[in-house]
Amino acid sequence: MAQDKQHQLEIVTKPSFLDGSALQIPMLQILKEDGTVHKGAKAPEIDKDLALKMFDTMQFIRILDERMIAAQRQGRISFYLSSLGEEAASIGSAAALDDGDMIMGQYREQGALAYRGFTVEQFMDQLFSNERDLGKGRQMPVHYGCADLNFMTIASPLATQIPQATGYAYGQKMDKTGNCTICYFGEGAASEGDFHAALNMAAVYKVPAIFFCRNNGYAISTPSQGEQYAGDGIAPRGVAYGMKTIRVDGNDILAVYLATQMARKLAVEENEPVLIEGMSYRMAGHSTSDDPTGYRTRDEEDAWRAKDPLARFQTYLIKKKWLTEKDAEAIFAEKKAAVLAALKKSEKVPAPHIDELINDVYDTPTQQLKEQLEQLKAHIRKYPEAYPKTASRIDGGDK
Amino acid sequence: MANMNLLQAINSALDIAMAKNDKVYSFGEDTGAFGGVFRATSKLTDKYGRHRNFNTPLVEQGILGFANGLASQGSYAVAEIQFGDYIFPAFDQIVNESAKFRYRSGNEFNVGGLTIRTPYGGGIAGGHYHSQSPEAYFAHTPGLKIVMPRNPYMAKGLLLSAIFDPNPVLFMEPKRLYRASTGEVPEEEYTLELGKADVVREGKDLTIVAWGAQVEMAEKAADKAAEDGIDCEVIDLVSLLPWDIDTVAKSVMKTGRLVVTQEAPLTNGFASEVAATIQDKCFLYLESPIARVCGLDVPYPLCHEKEYFVDHLKVYEAVKASMTY
Repeated sequence: MAQDKQHQLEIVTKPSFLDGSALQIPMLQILKEDGTVHKGAKAPEIDKDLALKMFDTMQFIRILDERMIAAQRQGRISFYLSSLGEEAASIGSAAALDDGDMIMGQYREQGALAYRGFTVEQFMDQLFSNERDLGKGRQMPVHYGCADLNFMTIASPLATQIPQATGYAYGQKMDKTGNCTICYFGEGAASEGDFHAALNMAAVYKVPAIFFCRNNGYAISTPSQGEQYAGDGIAPRGVAYGMKTIRVDGNDILAVYLATQMARKLAVEENEPVLIEGMSYRMAGHSTSDDPTGYRTRDEEDAWRAKDPLARFQTYLIKKKWLTEKDAEAIFAEKKAAVLAALKKSEKVPAPHIDELINDVYDTPTQQLKEQLEQLKAHIRKYPEAYPKTASRIDGGDK
Repeated sequence: MANMNLLQAINSALDIAMAKNDKVYSFGEDTGAFGGVFRATSKLTDKYGRHRNFNTPLVEQGILGFANGLASQGSYAVAEIQFGDYIFPAFDQIVNESAKFRYRSGNEFNVGGLTIRTPYGGGIAGGHYHSQSPEAYFAHTPGLKIVMPRNPYMAKGLLLSAIFDPNPVLFMEPKRLYRASTGEVPEEEYTLELGKADVVREGKDLTIVAWGAQVEMAEKAADKAAEDGIDCEVIDLVSLLPWDIDTVAKSVMKTGRLVVTQEAPLTNGFASEVAATIQDKCFLYLESPIARVCGLDVPYPLCHEKEYFVDHLKVYEAVKASMTY
């Protein structure tokens, strides 16, 4: 087959090089920065309920992120990763999916998880690594996961989820589930080998996968343009791998929704994998361990603040008369109260029992693991004051 | 029963697994219709179609990433890495992903359906990059199971267990024995327990522990020692993770002497783990220091392979030294 294609190549007799910038991909935008729809553009068909659910989720994630950054500064949680400024990318895309579609995220897609129905209590339990955390307190804050909601547990290593999405989607296709997998990652992660492996394999196998790159301008401190890549961003790579590709304004929730909706159709109905590059900006630091003042200017941040996806969508909804300023304020206040209440509750819930330390390494603990746990418990009993989190409950009946 | 070589036994296991469950997939570089560079996946595409047994692009990290995803979806993913020497681009996917998938999610998700098949080991004039025995890197990783069969019968039964075991399994095939090792193998399905060592021969004077292709050297050394009147017990560890401490400890309590042999370099090899554990469990029973008979701490050589190789003579010498300590 490969040879056939080589035989069909057009022959030229004079050398000419394609320029690295030969392919310049435009950006889909439906909503202008002022919240009005572009002339000639057609907004996706979203009814009022759906629009308000999207807005509601954006509000929730905005307040959750802001509040948890503060909680980290107060020393109440160890670490936090916010999605400030990028809420439209994850929520707009999640809204265009079916609940049965698998979501494989990086660590800035809490919006997609909230849209699926993860409760404020579930968020808090994970953030506080308490015994109600579905992940049993084993991973750093924001590494959420939930099988019931088809949201694959987040892992810190970058880009590893991308070829996994290809494999997951292959299984969906073989099982004829009618579902797809969406995989989120940043433009920095797209430099990893796993990204290239994943897209190539997805195109070769024609799997129902949507690869959603959140190009937010920075990988920790490294700016995307000129230091992460020299070309026209991530989108041209999809074309190079033989994949349907689109670039959207990641701060325009209507453009994100529309592109994802169409991508899902291609993925599920035609087994065409799709690459979406959503252009956005990481308004906060990479994490609470990062200080952006060391590598970018206030002016740059302000320019992007003017493109805020939440304000833009709010303006749109108000113009459409689906929302008033007062409604928005009320939603914000309600979300804030819920976040604060859940925070106070979750931080008081104890850590998982020490017995959980050896569970889930394998489907059942090995003999060696059981022995190691018993040795550890004997040690804790000897020095209980050194291990206050577990010592008091070590021989308790709980779990 | 049929006479099979080790490759045919592996092919038979894959065939049975794919016939039994249509969610079993087999894939790797050149493993499709061509059947793999060693032909372990021969005829599987003919039988089960190109969506069940197929080629991958040439990217080991992609193979394992894909396999993890497919296994997490509930399928049985049997991924071949063409040579163990080329598994390292996939190291991250195996160590940080496969091994931690269940644990990190609190059992919300798992890749229990994953089996990684890869040929390993020397003795085939393969130089640095077709001869290595990288098992120790992976044996340092909680969450994986590691299995290394020594002959066709073991290979088939263990591979069938590995494929359907609810944990990710690294299945390392001794490529030197692919065609060299033959034996009677049941044609039908059977399984062998993972994590269980096999006492290949009983003896009272000294215990030799080996795994994979190295069991052959242990047996030959035991034969030679028998001529000197030394009665060796030979144990095939079979599984390195988890490994059967009790069987080895019981044997050493009986014999009082232990020689552990591996193809891989000495320093930080799995033989060191066996030695450390057994001196802890059997300290007062030991009549001589535990000996490790391993490869030199050099990259696997080509022109000096014969000298480098941990042959039966080196194991035999260690046995004698232990007996006369």
